[in-house]
Amino acid sequence: MMILTLAQREIRSLFYSPLAWSILAVMQFILAYLFLAQLQEYISLQPQLRMMAEAPGVTGAVIVPIFSSASFILMMVVPLLTMRLISEERRSKTLTLLFSAPISMTEIILGKFFGILIFLVIMIGMLTLMPLSLSVGVTLDYGLLFTVVLGLILMMGTFAAVGLYMSTLTIQPTVAAISTFGILLLLWIIDWAGSKVADENASGALAYLSILRHFESLSKGVFNSSDIMYYLLFIITFLVLSIRRLDVDRLQH
Amino acid sequence: MTNQSLITVTHLSRHYGPIEAVSGINFELNRGEVLGFLGPNGAGKSTTMQMITGNLAPSAGKISICGIDLLDRPKQAKAEIGYLPEQPPVYRDFTVDEYLRFCAQINRMSREAIPAAVDKAKARCGLEQVGRRLIGNLSKGYQQRVGIAQAIIHSPAIVVLDEPTVGLDPIQIREIRRLIRELANEHGVILSTHILPEVQMTCDRVQIINQGRLVFSDNIANLDQRMRATTLLVALRTPPAMDALSAIPGTTQVEALGEGRFRLHHAQELNPAEELARKAVAEGWGLLELTPERKSLEQVFVEITSTEHVEATAASEEEHAA
Repeated sequence: MMILTLAQREIRSLFYSPLAWSILAVMQFILAYLFLAQLQEYISLQPQLRMMAEAPGVTGAVIVPIFSSASFILMMVVPLLTMRLISEERRSKTLTLLFSAPISMTEIILGKFFGILIFLVIMIGMLTLMPLSLSVGVTLDYGLLFTVVLGLILMMGTFAAVGLYMSTLTIQPTVAAISTFGILLLLWIIDWAGSKVADENASGALAYLSILRHFESLSKGVFNSSDIMYYLLFIITFLVLSIRRLDVDRLQH
Repeated sequence: MTNQSLITVTHLSRHYGPIEAVSGINFELNRGEVLGFLGPNGAGKSTTMQMITGNLAPSAGKISICGIDLLDRPKQAKAEIGYLPEQPPVYRDFTVDEYLRFCAQINRMSREAIPAAVDKAKARCGLEQVGRRLIGNLSKGYQQRVGIAQAIIHSPAIVVLDEPTVGLDPIQIREIRRLIRELANEHGVILSTHILPEVQMTCDRVQIINQGRLVFSDNIANLDQRMRATTLLVALRTPPAMDALSAIPGTTQVEALGEGRFRLHHAQELNPAEELARKAVAEGWGLLELTPERKSLEQVFVEITSTEHVEATAASEEEHAA
């Protein structure tokens, strides 16, 4: 209940600033362009695809690449959304309001996290409308669409949790944004080194850490609980770290 | 805990690394009382306020709010406190109404009670006209009032105000002071300030804190007593010899200020004014002026804080020598 109140305030705050609207508009525009380009290519490849025995469907060939691009773009956008979560409140001294109210640190952090996550889900919902418009003409693979949307939402949860934690560390929103972006990018490319590491265990560990790897299997329509667990563990870890960090605020200055 | 004490603070201390910001403070706040917290900058006023309101964990000591231990059960204890920090914690992109509604929600008020509470808080702080305006567009004075409205919206037992009149114009200051007096009818109020007349006007009891220690704690009447100085200012047309003046019973010292003006120091319990007037008439000194001098609160404040400082350094030197 309290978490919902806090999340609601977060969303309200987001939509009161032009940032949320411009992010939604820019994302929609870029992805619409990609969507149309992808669709164009698929249509032009139609004659060849008809020859193939197991041709990729429209869901696999058009929609999944859109979501992959979206996840990459969002890696740069989410830090901008999460950077002010705590740092801005700390800077304008409004964090005192939450600390003096009868609410726990856990509620504060979860409220903020779900606020951002709901916003991201709204954004993903708007992106999903574009591929859904294809269902007028063709049959979509809804199973695949479901796993890819789920994968994207989980990935955004991970991004948001990392961003939230970074925001608790500093009072400078820009510092929070750049460090969040740094961590996300590192986790994105961490398995690039994996293939060059001779030790098989090490490369396996690096591959396991990669955010992208776990998304890849989901975007093939494979619903693997270990991928889901990876994202959930990631989210929980950073949320716990954030709560601990807020507690430290009270202990030390 | 059985009496009316709203806050009981025992041996409260707070260190920032090696610096001792607050050390071993004890005090109580009773119902219907305005407690003034005075002290020079950096004395530990704000630190104490932050600890009472749960924004800062104390290094040692105990804080109990309405009998609830703040550290053991923070949620229950915090529900009884309204806090206005030095800088009002307002969301600039919210309207006053939205903001106050949110404050009521996070203080766990029931949905039905919120509209009435918002209206009441607005009425008490004179915010009826600005309910639909963005807080960021309001003047500093109005933002401060929104801050106070936020602190009282859930009618807490205790209202803690950290320098509530900073940055306000004289008329607003008077209104806020009146509001603070009003609040004391229902709530216990702790007021931190470094504006001394404010304490005289609004507080029932005063605590002076200096270098993290409580150096004075008494009610305002006793502070008044302390302000009654032990000097008389006398102007005479034909002044007698100094000896004649110092011979008046009670006089301990006479200072000549020139042109027939004198300052008489006297003992606290024996005021020589009456005797002086009688003598002046009898012996034809030509009494022009006889004024008991009052010490200003500033002087008392400086006296208290500086003597304490001297004592403290003396004590530390002794320790050092030992």
